[in-house]
Parts: sequence; structure tokens; C-alpha cells
Amino acid sequence: MDSILAASSTLDSVKHFINVACEPHWFLIISVLAFFIFLIGYRTWTKPIVAGTVSALATLFFLASCADTNFAKIVTKADNVPIVIMMVTVSFLLWLAFRQAAINDERMEKGEPLIEAGADDKVLVWPDLVYSELIALVLCTALLIVWAIILRAPLEQPADPNVAPNPAKAPWYFLGLQEMLVYFDPWLAGVVFPGLIIVGLLAIPYIDKNPRGNGYYTFKERKFAITTFLFGFVILWVVLIIFGTFLRGPNWNFFGPYEFWDPHRPAALLNTEFHDLFWVNTLGRPLPGHYLIRELPGIVLLGAYFMLGPVIMKWLFFRKISRDIGFIRYSVLCVLILFMLLMPIKMVLRWTLNLHYIVGITEWFLNV
Amino acid sequence: MINRFGNWVREGQIWGSIFRHGVPRDRRTRAMAILSNVFLHLHPVAIRKSSIRLSFTWCMGGITFFLFLVEIVTGVLLMFYYRPTVEYAYFDIQGLRAHVTLGLLRELHRWGAHAMVITIWLHMLRVFLTGSYKPPREFNWSIGVILLVLTLLLSFTGYLLPWDQLAMWAITVGSNMARATPGAGSEGPLSAFIQIGGVPLVHAGDDARFGLLAGTFVGPNALLRFYVLHCVFIPCVVTVLLAVHFWRIRKDGGVSGPL
Ligand code: HEM
Repeated sequence: MDSILAASSTLDSVKHFINVACEPHWFLIISVLAFFIFLIGYRTWTKPIVAGTVSALATLFFLASCADTNFAKIVTKADNVPIVIMMVTVSFLLWLAFRQAAINDERMEKGEPLIEAGADDKVLVWPDLVYSELIALVLCTALLIVWAIILRAPLEQPADPNVAPNPAKAPWYFLGLQEMLVYFDPWLAGVVFPGLIIVGLLAIPYIDKNPRGNGYYTFKERKFAITTFLFGFVILWVVLIIFGTFLRGPNWNFFGPYEFWDPHRPAALLNTEFHDLFWVNTLGRPLPGHYLIRELPGIVLLGAYFMLGPVIMKWLFFRKISRDIGFIRYSVLCVLILFMLLMPIKMVLRWTLNLHYIVGITEWFLNV
Repeated sequence: MINRFGNWVREGQIWGSIFRHGVPRDRRTRAMAILSNVFLHLHPVAIRKSSIRLSFTWCMGGITFFLFLVEIVTGVLLMFYYRPTVEYAYFDIQGLRAHVTLGLLRELHRWGAHAMVITIWLHMLRVFLTGSYKPPREFNWSIGVILLVLTLLLSFTGYLLPWDQLAMWAITVGSNMARATPGAGSEGPLSAFIQIGGVPLVHAGDDARFGLLAGTFVGPNALLRFYVLHCVFIPCVVTVLLAVHFWRIRKDGGVSGPL
């Protein structure tokens, strides 16, 4: 009896530990750390033994967690199943890509031919490609039908404009943006950032002038490009979707994976404005009356971020790149990167200083 | 016996009029099989060995295309049962669940759509990690980005159609953002400055959100608007862009490989 009690309380403390590790700041900090370890150690962890062990452990952990009712309830919700599938496929394919990159990078160092070498060896499309396509078609059809038989498409109560569900969530593929709403006003999170994501994606081929790594897997030859892209895709998109789906409950409050989604938990957030920090806390004066003067420090700060940022980045990391790609491309690159980094920067400021707005011209709805 | 019957069919006039080449058994007839078929001639006749390795492309572009076709077929079938009005929409879906034999249509359509969103991201990831957006394929990457945006919009417009709580409130959350468009949304930065003689030109009755929803809330007009966008307009644009996408893959020298 005692031992059972002891075991269950260890289990509870493990669950508690994981719940805490999933709090927004820990979750993102751990993800970012894992991300960089992943990139630095790609030649080691992509080895089949290591990757296989890690994925076996992850599967075990996932299955064991399903014994917890709160966990199982969220993961098996019909509309959340795609996100579990996404987590699995994204991880697997990242492994596959980095495995091939590791092999290719090693071969290039030794002067051996790439995996993709032999570009002149051609085969006929009929039968080699056509038949593979047929097999893929049959397999995908079968998989989709099985999925459709197992999981019914959900249908909730008829739409009622007077009864808002809690939480009201955007479609899952936009949850990253909804998560940004915690840190930014809708004009940034819902309009400017999505717009910049599209512009940034369109700009990639015109900014990246590195001629290497065209048509084969490599990491070594394209470290900067791959790191930047994956930071955006994996951390700021996929991880935030996972977070928004599984860990955001009623009132958009955070709930750990083993916690019950209690709709009555209050949202206790006391936010500080940058103008208060500057005028009241630092200078010890009352807020200036005119909003432009009141917000001047924040405007100067942001202006410095966007004007000096490119110069500092050039000194620190981008000497070669900025020379290679020219002034215009470099400026576009910097604007995009600075906007992208604004997200994690604002997050950190929120966690540490409870900062609400850097510039808060609420009179114009112009809040950053 | 079966063989002889097969030969008899293949030598007859009907078969010969459809397939203008012999059985694809040697180089010439195999090339002809690709060249003389309007669907297969999206392919080249011969292809690099490395391009058809599953671990190179992951077949993700192909699977995305497959899912797009699934969506078209199941979507057309769904249109037989569904009327985009506030009175009928929800109950049509309910009826579809309850009464239609082998009622997998909605499941196939919904899960296919979710899957397509995932596979298109994975396809983009593959293209990025193999550096396949580099010259001469820059423009095809751009076409791809537009396809990505349109795929998300297809999913988003379709999300509203079941007209249940999930649908309506997800679209409410999503479309509320449009209210904050700088200069074009009633609560967007700088919109207040767009005015003539003190009369604001951007307000809730004519801003970006109004344009999206054809109203100030997610109501019957929004349902009709999303329906038309979802079933007609966006699929047509995607189809045209897909034609360009595939054409450009060929023109840019096929699936990429080391130079
Ligand atoms: C409806 C969506 C899409 C469909 C059906 C589609 C289909 C395909 C197919 C079948 C291929 C052949 C190779 C492969 O399977 O990987 C391909 C190649 C390509 N796709 Fe897409 N694609 C779509 C969206 C995108 C997106 C979102 C991007 C990038 C942002 C993109 C960029 C490219 C590029 C650059 C190639 C050439 C790759 C190479 O030569 O290796 N496509 N696409």
C-alpha cells in the first residue's frame, strides 16, 4: 500500500514537473535550446541508433501520457489528431533531411560523390516513375479512407452568435498567429506579421545568393539560410501551433498537459507600459500630457532597433553576406529578420518585465 | 486464354483509337506512352535517378496534388447535398451524417483538407532544404508561395460552411483581425486619419472586415461569400497556378539535382 502511494505521488510530481516545463516561457526556451542543439549536433543525433532511441522514448512517453485523462482528452479530440500527425511527420522528415545532409557533408569533406550524384543517369518515366506514383496513390487513398472511417468529422451545436465558446480558437493552422495575439495587437499579429511572412517567403530566392546547396541536402554549406528558415518554420510556426492547440484553454489561459481545463481560472495579468517604466519608474516624473512626447522613448527605441540593427548585425555576423548580396538585398533581409526577432524579443520582455506595449499610442490604435 | 483476350482487345480498333502506341514494353513505346497522353505528358520521358528517390522529394508535391484532387471530387459530391443558407446549411450537414449511405464524404473532405495543409508545408520544407528555390527555380518557388496562401484560404473559407459553433467562432476570431488592418480596418492604426471634413471614411460598415464578411458580423452574407470563394473562385485560381507550377518544373529542368 505504501509503495503504491509513493509511486503515485512520484508520478504526480513528474506530471507536475512537466506541467511547469510547459508554461509558455519554459516551453519556448526549451524548444529554442533543443532547436540549436539539434542544429549543432546534427551529425550525431541523426545516426539511426540515436534517432531511433529518441523516437522510441518519445512514443513511449506519449503512450504513457495517454493514461492521464486530461492529456488523452485533448490529444484524441478529432480536430486535434491532424496536429499529432503533423508533429510526427515534421519530426520524421526533419530527421530524414538532416540525416542526408550529414552524410552529404561528410562525403564532401572527403571528396566523395553526393547521395544525389550521378545526375546524368536517367531512367524512363514509364515504368519507374509512373508505377511509383500509382503505388503512392493507392497507399494514400487507403490511408485517407482508414482515417475517415476511424474518425468522424465533428459537428457541434448549430451556430449561435449569442453564445461564444470558451476558448474560441481560430482554425488550427492559424493558432501560431492567435498565440502572437498574447504579445501583440491584432494589427501586428493578424495583419502585418502574416503579410511579412508571405513577403519574406517570396523574397527568399531573391535574397539568398549562395550558389551552393542547389539540388541536394546539406547543412554545412547553407548554415545561415537553413537556421533562419527553420527558426521561423519550426519555432515560430509549428511549435506555436502545438502550444496553441494543446496548452491554451478557456480564456486563452495556459494549462499544462495534465491539467484540467478549468473555465473559472482567473487570468491574473498586470501589465506594465514602457512609458511608465521610462517616465515614472526611471525618471520619477508624471507622464507627459501629449501622447507623442509620452511615447517618444518607445519610438526612439524601436527606431534604433530598426536603424541600428542592420549596422550592428553587419559588424557582428554579416560582413561577408552583406558584401555578397549588396545593399538592397541586405536591407530587405535585415528588415525581415528584425521583424521576425521582434516576436521572441517581445515574448521575453513580457515574461521578464510584464511589458505590455513598447509604443502605446492607444489614441491611434498604434500599439507595438 | 486471358492473354489472348488481352491481345485481342489491344489490337482492336477501339483500343488503338484511345492509345496510339503499342504496349509499353520497349524504349520507343514507353516514351510514346508518356508523350501521347495528355495527363502523363506532365512528366518528361526520362528522369534523373536521384529525382525519383523517395527520400529526396518525399513525394510531398505529388501527395499534395493528390489531396487537391480528392478535395475536388469529394467537394463536388458534397455540393449535391449542401445549401449555403443559414436555414439549411447546418441541417444539410446533419442529414448528410445521418442518412447518406457510406457517408464518408465529409470525413474524406475534412481530413483531406487538414492533410493537404500539412503536406504543403512539408513540400515547402523539402524544397527549401534541398535548395531547390535557387536559380533557375526562383519563380516557381514564388508560384508555390501563392499556392500555399490559397490553400490556407481554401481551408479557412471551408471551415465556415458546416455552420456550427466551431465554424462560426473560428471564422469570427479569424476575421476580427481584418478590423485591425492599418488604414483599412475600423480599429486599425491610422484609419482615423482617413477622413473628409471630420467624416471618417473607414468605419465598421465599409472596412476590410466588412469586405470579407459582407456585413459587420459572421452572418448569411458571409456564408454565401465564403461558399462561392470556397467552391468556385479559389479552386479555379489554384488550378491555373498548378498548371503554371507543373509547367515550370519541366521548363526549369525538372526536379532539381546537383549540377
Ligand atoms: C497546391 C500546392 C502544391 C502542389 C500540388 C505542388 C506540386 C509539386 C510537385 C508535384 C512537384 C514535383 C516535385 C515534388 O513532388 O517535390 C513540385 C515541385 C516544386 N514545388 Fe510545388 N507544389 C505545391 C506548392 C508549393 C509550394 C508551397 C512551394 C514553395 C513555397 C512549391 C515550390 C516548388 C518548387 C520550387 C518545386 C521544384 C522543386 C525541385 O525542382 O526540386 N510548391 N511541386
